[in-house]
This record gives sequence, C-alpha cells and structure tokens, in this order.
Amino acid sequence: MKFGFSRLMSRSALVGGAVAAALVAAPAIAKDKIDVAVTAFLTGPAAGPFGVPGKQGAELIINAINGGTMPAPYNTKGFAGAMLNPLFTDESGGGAKQVGEYRNLVQKRNVDAVVGYISSGSCMAITPVAEELKKLTIFSVCGTPRVFEEGNRTYVFRTQAHAVGDSIAAAHYVAEKFPDVKGFTGINQNYAWGQDSWKFFKLAMAKIKPSAEASSKPQFPKIFAGQYGTEISALSTDKAEMVHSSFWDGDIEAFVVQGLARGFFRNKKFVSVVGGSAIDSLGKKFPDGVVMGTRGEGGILLRHNTAPLNAWFVSEYKKAYGVFPLGPSYQYANAILALKMAMDNAAKAAGGFPTQEQTMAALKGIKYQGIGGEIALTLGNGHQAVHPVGYGITKWDKEKGEPTVTDVKFYGTDCIYAPPGKNSEEWLNAGMPGAKC
Amino acid sequence: MQLITTMLLDGLSYASYLFIVSVGLTIIFGVMKILNVAHGAFYAWGAYAAAFSITLLADNEYPDWLGFVAIFAGSIAVGLVLGSAVERLILRKMYHEEEVLIVLATFGIFLVLEDLIIITFGVNPYFAYQPMALLGQVEIVGIFRDVYSLSLIALAGVVALACWYGLNKTKWGKILTVVIYDREISLAMGINVQMVYLVTFMVGAGLGALGGAYVSPTISVVPGFGVDVIVLSFAVVVIGGMGSIPGALIGSLMVGILRAVAVHQLPQFELFVIFAVMAVVLMIRPEGLFAPEKQRTI
Amino acid sequence: MLAICLKDQTIRWAGLGFALLGILGWALPDWILTNVMFGLARGLAVLGLMILWRTGLVSFGHALYFGLGAYIVALLEKYAGINDIFLKLIAAVIGAALVGFVLGFVLRNYRAIFFAMLSLAFSMVLYGILVKMEVLGSTDGFSVTQNTIFGHLPDGKYPLFCVIVVCCILALVGAQLYLKSALGFLTTAIRDNELRVEYLGYSVAKAIHIKYLISAGLAGAAGGAMAMALGQVDPDSMVNWPVSGELVFITIMAGAGNVVAPFLGAILFEFIRTYAFELAPQAWQLIVGGTLLAIIFFLPGGIWSLIQKPFAKEGAGNG
Repeated sequence: MKFGFSRLMSRSALVGGAVAAALVAAPAIAKDKIDVAVTAFLTGPAAGPFGVPGKQGAELIINAINGGTMPAPYNTKGFAGAMLNPLFTDESGGGAKQVGEYRNLVQKRNVDAVVGYISSGSCMAITPVAEELKKLTIFSVCGTPRVFEEGNRTYVFRTQAHAVGDSIAAAHYVAEKFPDVKGFTGINQNYAWGQDSWKFFKLAMAKIKPSAEASSKPQFPKIFAGQYGTEISALSTDKAEMVHSSFWDGDIEAFVVQGLARGFFRNKKFVSVVGGSAIDSLGKKFPDGVVMGTRGEGGILLRHNTAPLNAWFVSEYKKAYGVFPLGPSYQYANAILALKMAMDNAAKAAGGFPTQEQTMAALKGIKYQGIGGEIALTLGNGHQAVHPVGYGITKWDKEKGEPTVTDVKFYGTDCIYAPPGKNSEEWLNAGMPGAKC
Repeated sequence: MQLITTMLLDGLSYASYLFIVSVGLTIIFGVMKILNVAHGAFYAWGAYAAAFSITLLADNEYPDWLGFVAIFAGSIAVGLVLGSAVERLILRKMYHEEEVLIVLATFGIFLVLEDLIIITFGVNPYFAYQPMALLGQVEIVGIFRDVYSLSLIALAGVVALACWYGLNKTKWGKILTVVIYDREISLAMGINVQMVYLVTFMVGAGLGALGGAYVSPTISVVPGFGVDVIVLSFAVVVIGGMGSIPGALIGSLMVGILRAVAVHQLPQFELFVIFAVMAVVLMIRPEGLFAPEKQRTI
Repeated sequence: MLAICLKDQTIRWAGLGFALLGILGWALPDWILTNVMFGLARGLAVLGLMILWRTGLVSFGHALYFGLGAYIVALLEKYAGINDIFLKLIAAVIGAALVGFVLGFVLRNYRAIFFAMLSLAFSMVLYGILVKMEVLGSTDGFSVTQNTIFGHLPDGKYPLFCVIVVCCILALVGAQLYLKSALGFLTTAIRDNELRVEYLGYSVAKAIHIKYLISAGLAGAAGGAMAMALGQVDPDSMVNWPVSGELVFITIMAGAGNVVAPFLGAILFEFIRTYAFELAPQAWQLIVGGTLLAIIFFLPGGIWSLIQKPFAKEGAGNG
C-alpha cells in the first residue's frame, strides 16, 4: 500500500492530477468467503456504551457462525457456506463523513454487504447512497421511522424496529403504572432520533393518556453536549412531574450523574427509552424507580431469561468479554443473524451460492428467530422490522449486588406499530385504528 | 423570582467553568501570542487523568476526598508533562513563524493528542462521580443543586485571585509584564525568555487541564469531548479581549449568563447567541472588551 | 483573451492536465473517481484560501462559505425542487459570494489573528443556527441525490465529475489571470507593506475586499460541488470549525506556489484520509495531525515545493 501511495503522489504531480490507475483493486469475491463491513462507533462518546458492545455482539455471532458453534436454528456453518470476514469501521464524524466512507467501502474495498449504523443521523445519510450504489445494507440499531416512511427502499433493510414503537409502548407503560401523571416534559437530543422520539411520545400520550399535559418547553440539547446543569434546572422549574428522554451514548450517563447530584430523580419520574447502558456502568449509583426501555427484546430486560438462544448468547458473551451484553449487542447480533438466515434460505432456493439480488429477495419480509425473540420484517414493504418492545422499572438488588428491573412488560407488535403501508404519524393522529393491545 | 435566581445561578456556574477553561488560553496568548487550539486537548487530558485516578482510588476503596487531590495532581501532571513536551518539542522551534502557521501547528497537535487519549485510556467512558457525591446538595429557591457545581464558582474565584496576585505582586509577574511588552528588550536585559515561555505554557496547559479535571466528576468522560470546548473558550477569550485576564472573566460571565437565559427561554438559540455575541464584539471592538493596551505597528 | 491564456505556461499545462483528467475519469475505478472528485471540489475552496494567503490573510472560518454553498444546494433540492447541477452550482456561488460581499465590508479592515477569529465567529454563527433548527435539518442535515443535467438524471457520477473538472479549469484560469493582473500583483505588496500600497494610490481595503469576495465564491462553489459529489450535507462535516481547519491545513500542505497546487493538495488530502481511516479506524486523526506537523516542519513550502522544478520558470514569476 505504501508503494502505491508514493507512486500516486509522484504521478499526480507529473500530470496535473491524473491519479494513478495503478491502484485499481481487483475484486476477488470467492464463494467460500464474503467481506462484510460492520460499522459502529469505535471512537467518540458513543463508542463505549454503544459501538463497542455492538461490535462485540457482531463479532461473537460471526465467529460462532463461521465456526458452526451456534445453537439451532443457526447451527450450520457459514453464510450459505461462506465464511464471513468482517471489516469493522468507525461510525463517528457525522453523516457526510460516513457517506464518504461508505463509498470507499463499496467502491474501493468491494464489500459484499454492509451491516451496522447506530445513529439515526448515519442511517438517514447512508440510505440514499446505498440505493445509489446498489449495495445490500442492513441497519442494526438506528431508530428514526423516516428511513422507510419517506420513500421505498430496495437495498436497505433494518432489523431493529423504529422509534414509534418505543414511544407508544412507553406511553402505554406510563398510563398503566402511573395513572395519576398530570404532565410531562422531555429532554432529547436535537436530531432525527431525539426529535422523532419526543414527537411520537407526545402524540401517543395525547391518545393514550389525554389527561397528562405536554410541557411547552421540552429541552433539545445538541447530541454529545455533555453538560446539562442548565437544562436540569430548566426541567426542574417545569411543573410537569414526568420527564421523557431518548438520551443514549455517553449523554445518558452524564445526565444521570448530574441529575443524581441534584436530587432530580427524587422529584421527577424519569422515562428513559434506551438508557440501559448506564445501568451497568453506574451500578448501584443508578437511581431506582426509573422507567427503562431497551428498544426490544434484549439488554437488561432479558438478562436472566432462559430461552436457549438467549441463555447461550448471554453466557458466551460474558465468557468472551467479561460483561453482560447490552441492547446494541443484541441488535448487532440480530442483524448478522438476518443476513445468515437470508443467505441460507436464498442458497437453498437458488441451489447454489446466492447473488445479492437473491439474498435480498430472501431477506424481504423474513420472519426469523432473533437472540431475544422473533423479528419480522413486515413494514416498509418488507424492509423494516417489528418486534415487541418492553419497559421495566430499575431497582438495585442489594443481595446480589447487581442491577435489576421489576414490573417488566412487553407490548406486542400489533399494539405499537402502524399496519403495513400506513404512515405512523397519520395512524397515531387517527387514534391508532386496529391496534390490538 | 425563582426563575431569575435559577438562571443567574446556572449562568454563574457555567461561567465559572468557562473561566477556568479559558484563562489558560488567554494567558498563553497574552504572553506568547499563540492561539492554542491544542488547549482543547489539554482540557480532555486533564479530565482523563483525573477521572482515571479517581476511579482507581475508588476501586481500591480509598477515602473519597482523595479524589480532590487527584484532580489537582492530575492537572499539574498534565501541565508539566504534556505542556512542556509540546512547548519544547514543537512550539519552541516555531516562534519565528507566522502566527497563523503556529495556530495550524497547534491544530495538528490537537488531532494527535486527541487520538493519544484513545490509545492511552481506551474508548470506554469513565465515571468519577465520587467527589461530587461527597459534597452533597442544597436547596436554593426550591431547586436542588449540587454543592460541587457551586464549588466551581469558588474555584474560579481562587484562580482569578491567584492570577491577579501572581501577575501584580510577584517578581514573576513583573518579568512576565516585561516579556509581554517587549520580547527583544527583555532578552537584552538578560531575562531567560525561553524559560518564561516554557513556564507560561505549562501553567496555561495546566489550567486547561484543571478545567477538564474539575468538571470530570460531573460528566461521563468520553473521547472527543474536547472539540466543542475549543471554540467556546475562543469565544470567551475573544469577547473579553485576547490576553486579558479580567477580559476572560467578563467574557465567561457574559457567555455563561446569556446561555443560561437562552436555555431557559429560547432553547433553539443556545449556540447561536454565544457566537453572535462573539461576532458583534469583534465588529465593535476588535481587540475585545478588555484588551490590554498595545502599540500598533505597521 | 484566449491568446493571453495560451501564452501562460501554467494555464497551458494545467488546462491540458485537467482536460486529460476529465477524459481519464471515464476509465478510473469508482472509488478513485469519487476521491478525486472530492479533492477537486475541496480544491476550489483551497484555491480561494490560497489567494487570501498570498496577502498574508488566513481565514479560520471559510467553512461558512463552504457550508453555505452545500446547504444552498441541499435546500434548493429539498424545498424548491431545483435539481439541475448548473443551476444549483451557480446559486451556491452567488449565495456565498453575496454573503462574502456583505461580510467583506467588515472583514477587510481586519488583519492577522483578528481576521482569523472574526471569520471563525461568523462561521460558528451559521453552525449555531443550523444545528438547532429542525427545518434546516439540525445535526442530521439533508441528502442531495437528485443531480440532473438538462433535466436528465445521469447514472453514475462521471457526468458530475466532468462538470466539476470544468469548474476547476475555469476557476484556475480565472485565478491565474487575476493573480497576473495589476490587482493581483498588489497581493504580495499588501502583505509586505500596506502603507506603501496606499501611497501608490491603491485602496488596500478594496483590494482585500475583492480577494475575499473571490475566495467566498470559490468556497461556495466548493461546498456546492462537494454536496452533490457526496450526496449529503450536515453541519459537522460542512460548517463546524474543524472543516475550516482542514481547508487551511490543505492550503499550507499544498503551498502557495501555483494555482494548481491547491487541487493537488486537496486530492492528496483525500487519499491520506482514506488510507488513514482504513489503516487505523481508531487513530486516523493521529495520522492526519502527524502529517500536518511533518509538513509544517519539513516541507514549509508545501508539496508544491517538491515539484516546482519542472515548472521552475513560472514558479518564479508567481513569486
């Protein structure tokens, strides 16, 4: 590579920018090996609580499938027989940088598929370029519903359900467990995920718990802001007693630490859509009584669940990395499983190693066994997953010395998502017709 | 009334934070005429050094008050080690270059130091909340506040006093004034300007690190959080007047209180106000509100 | 006009080189085409910065115009349904130049670090607005996908590449002619002694204003071209202060010796970034920052000083 680089320098120098064609990377796609880019935050504030657990979840599953050591129904070796060679790349730096890197992954490194992306900002940016470059891309974590509601996608899939379900489930949970709630406000990050989470929570509350009033001054700090002293004061002076937040990455930890020091969680009921990573990292410091979600069947809500696949995952993960798997670990694992399932099915149907088109056809509308439960790609014309979403209430278990959640309740997919083909916002405004809870 | 007191207190504690972070920047600029982009990296290193030692102390069940020792020891260490390394290895060779080229070099240093953090401390966040938990909380006009954030105001006061005393009442302060006023003449008078620069830079870097170290118990210390600090402290320093310590004080108060008012009343304009004020001040008084007197040379 | 152009060595060779590059682009593998296109787009902004730098002025806020150009392109597509490449590019240039014209009245009176700081402040004002406004995309920004030529949406990026190459040739010829004009020669004079230039009867403020206007327009074109080449705009990659830092970095890395240098520098920068990112996904900033320091120390004239020899004759002419 070094050789190529210096050559590039001298040539471009000579011919006014004519870049060496000598660098052409010849594509060598063998049927016994596929290259898949796995993108997650490896640097920056989201790396520790999201990127690294996600990467580890993917790594664990890829090794197990390559080695053929996974339990049923994934106990066949490889992806349609091929070994998956993961290229882990960093998601930090913003949408535009990610688009540039995505182009490099597809055009320069010739990957067979791209799996990953945590931030909704990344997914919004990657979607059009994935369609332009015609490369199979499976989003694993990001949650904005806009990806599949603002257009029909061909090459982009998502094995994680979108924010609407998280918000409706939160509203149901709040209405059931705290029937006296009179008002709520929110603190959410000022980008697609935070804006959508708040918007849909507010809409859902208006239908499910109309007596609770939404505050006129919700806070929208910039993502990765880190210091929330002033925001906590502003929320404290608000008369609403409940605070909704879709904070994630390092922001949730910072917010909890700063709020704790100010007795914030004694005075306000806190609803955290996806703050699971903070429970483990803060340990016994984490306040009891917080309504906590994990965006699906995974993370702390399923820690002691004994279903075979889940039990295998938790124990192998603990063995490999010394910690419990978090929500993103499940989500990345599920995205890889979808790829395996689709490739295996496509190979069976095609009678040989599947092409990208055959894999995509098999992926479309697939129902498969995720680590924590069933995942079905029923929305967005068979590209967007749905799965149940649950909430619980945090409690520190003194005897065992570990965090737990109590009162866990999951809401089914018929209850929290608009039926296929319906726009979520219109469906919510119409009062969620046909919802079965 | 409650709202006004709350906004004022929020503003004041944010201003204190800004002051501690930016006073080092302004000292370095005042003496060495270097606009140090790497300041954000010193800030981050300070936070990491403190958070790392505090968690280490806590894991080995040492008493929590030692965390405060760690905060100050960590920032001094960053100032001594990183500050002197950057000055001696890189900046010292560049004093004859144009100002802007030096700024760019500090940008390069910033990028390098940022990634060295990841290599040294990894990407997992650090939580060093023990010192904050130790100080407890108080209720002021119906809002609970942590004493730790209020102690930031006291620390800012101490730093301001120390700077004033150091500059005006000590021999070192007099030497500094001479060097600021005319580098060549002070050289001719036998002042070891190289030494003055080195010490100034270490003090400035150490103050930047102190800002990060003192804030570290209140946040999750994660890679990449030094980026925003740079422009914020630039804004503070420019508003007050580059190189002026009272200027940094006024600049931080203005930015801190304006931001608090914006967050409470018009959250969308939180970032806009800070930089709009910076631009307006630069347009009206390019040297800043409290610029030290300076001869114009053409 | 054409005769003057052809007489100029730089224009002759650079024009030929770029034309060749345009043709060669057809055969380049996609990823190289993409990176060269990014480099050329960014190079336009760097050319503007170089023109300023020749007067001794360094702007730490040119991301303002880069971002304006990019957002004008994105907003035209999103809210006005305007997709034509040429229309969008022209709008980006005009928009950026207009803002540059207005701000120029203030900035032309500033020098050195004050010039750098005030430009930084202006660019951060735009950043502060974009990040917090949902209609302007907040931190997510927008996609830019519909780049049509004469109402036709081309398959692949080669047509856009050609358009950008043509823009670069135009900018390069324009810049070279400007630098060779009387107004352009004032550049170095202003850097060396402003008073004397005033005594000669020229208005320094006006000369700087014109320069600033040109560089703003070029950065606008760069942002617009980048938005279309990349397909995405967002505040952190287009407007935040490290973007300005990067542009200045490329200017220094390229060297101010020749109008071709900015483009070479920018293309080289894209490849350094790409490889750094591939080799060390967790430490690529270290490589970029290290390169910057190495260039400042060991190659103060920029990469252009390495390849000046073949062009020695006019390199001297440009001073």
